[in-house]
Amino acid sequence: MADFEIRDLRASVEGKEILKGVTLAINKGEVHAVMGPNGSGKSTLSYALMGHPGYTIDGGQVLFKGQDILSLEPDQRARLGIFLAFQYPVVVPGISMTNFLRTAINAKRGYDGKDKSKQISPKEFRSLLKGELEVLHMDDSFLPRYINDGFSGGEKKRAEILQMAMLKPEIAILDETDSGLDIDSIKFVAAAVNRMRGPELGALIITHYTRILEFIKPDFVHVLVDGRFVLSGGPEVADRLEKTGYSEWMEADEPAVLAKEEVS
Amino acid sequence: MATQPKPVDVGSDYKEKYGFFVPEDYVFKAKRGLNPDIVKEISFMKGEPEWMTKFRLRSLEIFRKKPMPTWGADLSVIDFENIFYYLKASDKQSKSWEELPADIKATYDRLGVPEAERKFLAGVSAQYESEVVYHSLQKELSAKGVIFLDTDSALREHPDLFKEYFGTVIPPADNKFSALNSAVWSGGSFIYVPKGVRVDIPLQAYFRINAENMGQFERTLIICDEGSFVHYIEGCTAPIYTTDSLHSAVVEIIVKKNARCRYTTIQNWSTNVFNLVTKRAMAYADATMEWVDGNLGSQITMKYPSVYLMEPGAKGDVLSIAFAGKGQHQDAGGKMIHVAPNTTSTITSKSISKAGGRTSYRGHIKVYPGANNSKSFVKCDALLLDENSRSDTYPYNDVDADNVTLGHEATVSKVSDEQLFYLMSRGITRSEAETMIVNGFIEPFTKELPLEYAVELNRLIQLEMEGSVG
Repeated sequence: MADFEIRDLRASVEGKEILKGVTLAINKGEVHAVMGPNGSGKSTLSYALMGHPGYTIDGGQVLFKGQDILSLEPDQRARLGIFLAFQYPVVVPGISMTNFLRTAINAKRGYDGKDKSKQISPKEFRSLLKGELEVLHMDDSFLPRYINDGFSGGEKKRAEILQMAMLKPEIAILDETDSGLDIDSIKFVAAAVNRMRGPELGALIITHYTRILEFIKPDFVHVLVDGRFVLSGGPEVADRLEKTGYSEWMEADEPAVLAKEEVS
Repeated sequence: MATQPKPVDVGSDYKEKYGFFVPEDYVFKAKRGLNPDIVKEISFMKGEPEWMTKFRLRSLEIFRKKPMPTWGADLSVIDFENIFYYLKASDKQSKSWEELPADIKATYDRLGVPEAERKFLAGVSAQYESEVVYHSLQKELSAKGVIFLDTDSALREHPDLFKEYFGTVIPPADNKFSALNSAVWSGGSFIYVPKGVRVDIPLQAYFRINAENMGQFERTLIICDEGSFVHYIEGCTAPIYTTDSLHSAVVEIIVKKNARCRYTTIQNWSTNVFNLVTKRAMAYADATMEWVDGNLGSQITMKYPSVYLMEPGAKGDVLSIAFAGKGQHQDAGGKMIHVAPNTTSTITSKSISKAGGRTSYRGHIKVYPGANNSKSFVKCDALLLDENSRSDTYPYNDVDADNVTLGHEATVSKVSDEQLFYLMSRGITRSEAETMIVNGFIEPFTKELPLEYAVELNRLIQLEMEGSVG
């Protein structure tokens, strides 16, 4: 059995069926890419895996560490070692990024406001944060700012990657982390993921475009169309999509070539 | 009855040195209810000059004539005849620690309030032993000519200064509760800051806290002479337990030319209390008055700090938060009265309602004829934590001048599922995520507080959110 198994997952939003039976096995050490056109269910997959309350699970299982995580709250899933890098990171005014990161680290360590021995010491936290910022070549100017408040698109995605680096998940889901990013930011994200890549991390990279896969070479690529995987294979699947797009699975009105998105 | 708290040995020069009033040996039997005899007795007990006795009696008449206000929270359940209007400190210590409600004790524990202090806050002890701090502070202040006394002592020690300003900002006839306070007031703080003097550290009622001072009907008077600055802080985040159900204070402030006064309140009355407070400042040319006002606790609070902008260039600010939990109604806001041209004011109000609690913003911006080129901006944000809670906005604007800029912005929001999901996706529990969102919401307020108050307030919000506060 794989480290992280999605079995026949079906999910809907406001009564509309989106995921129609998705099955996928991820082992630590592997990088999987899920590609698909708009509306294929990519974001639903990432939200359903993390437990967003707006998505109804209609069937299936997601097995991780010996349990079906579908019955768990998002925070419980996170503490088990699952991380979702958001396509649209949420603004939370009045809370600094530093405070947020510290609270998240403490939550992961099982500190619930009572047992102070589980709390990360200020010194340890600072050195962890400083280390990750250095590795990621990030400056600390956004740390006193409120969570994602007034961040540019690139800053938001960098902040997501920093959170991931700090929390060291075992399964990381990157939901269209490349969308809307300029090439430098995409390279930044890719370099960071490549650095974390290794036997302790299984990654699921959800993307519309093949471009990020030029920088993060996936071990497996799965094509999601209309809530189902229509094709799975090695990196060559991405090359094929680069040339033909999703047209062979789509109605005629979907643009065929996907790699030439506008750069923001 | 538990053992009496050990009295602090202060020596015979206590009164002169510290400004506390040690009552003479006099048999005063506390009685419920309100009539001219009780008012005369209060005045006599305190050894007040005749003008004050008359002032009190006149105020009592006004109180009796004024109808109960019906425009705000429901006050009909207050029984004025069933209240003690004056208690000697020794009478107040009739409670024992054991009799305190469990939730109040638990909150002290969780806030980490020191033993001596919590007994004081709970009304078990009459005095909080902070004389040493108070003493060194007083030395520093008197060197600068600053007067910082409890109001009763100030009346005795600085009668002329006192009489010149007392009751001039909020006359007894202002409203029913200012009349009540004027009739039976006791305790409170008196501050005079001379011309050009800046008081660098915040003055806290805390330093010279005693039972008189924390009474139900305290009366505070602050005079900032020209070009001076003072920051006064009253209250604390720990819940103040009292079996008395009515708290009705009056706070008067005079901010003269080029002076600045900031008045910070953090109040957390136990949830049986009606908290009906009148706070008003007069700001003169280029003077600044800032009210920073935090209202937690109490059953009903009605409080609208106001600034009369009397001369050109005067500036008024109100920054307030209110938290209403189960069974609570926080009716708060602010008033800005533009009397002179080129005056500016801002009111920022943030409210949080939870578990069926109700918050109301009630504000009044008045611009008199001739107060041209005045500017006022009001922003009120309400956060509702569940479907049962409620928030209302009652803004009143009267503008009778030319070229006036008036802005009003109001938002009502709920704790968003997206924010919760985002924070929880990082391993943070639902209750902690909610607390973070609420603390983030009031951050514009918290950041104006001295650090130790800010930390305590965040901690208290956390307790409120966990539902472990009464």
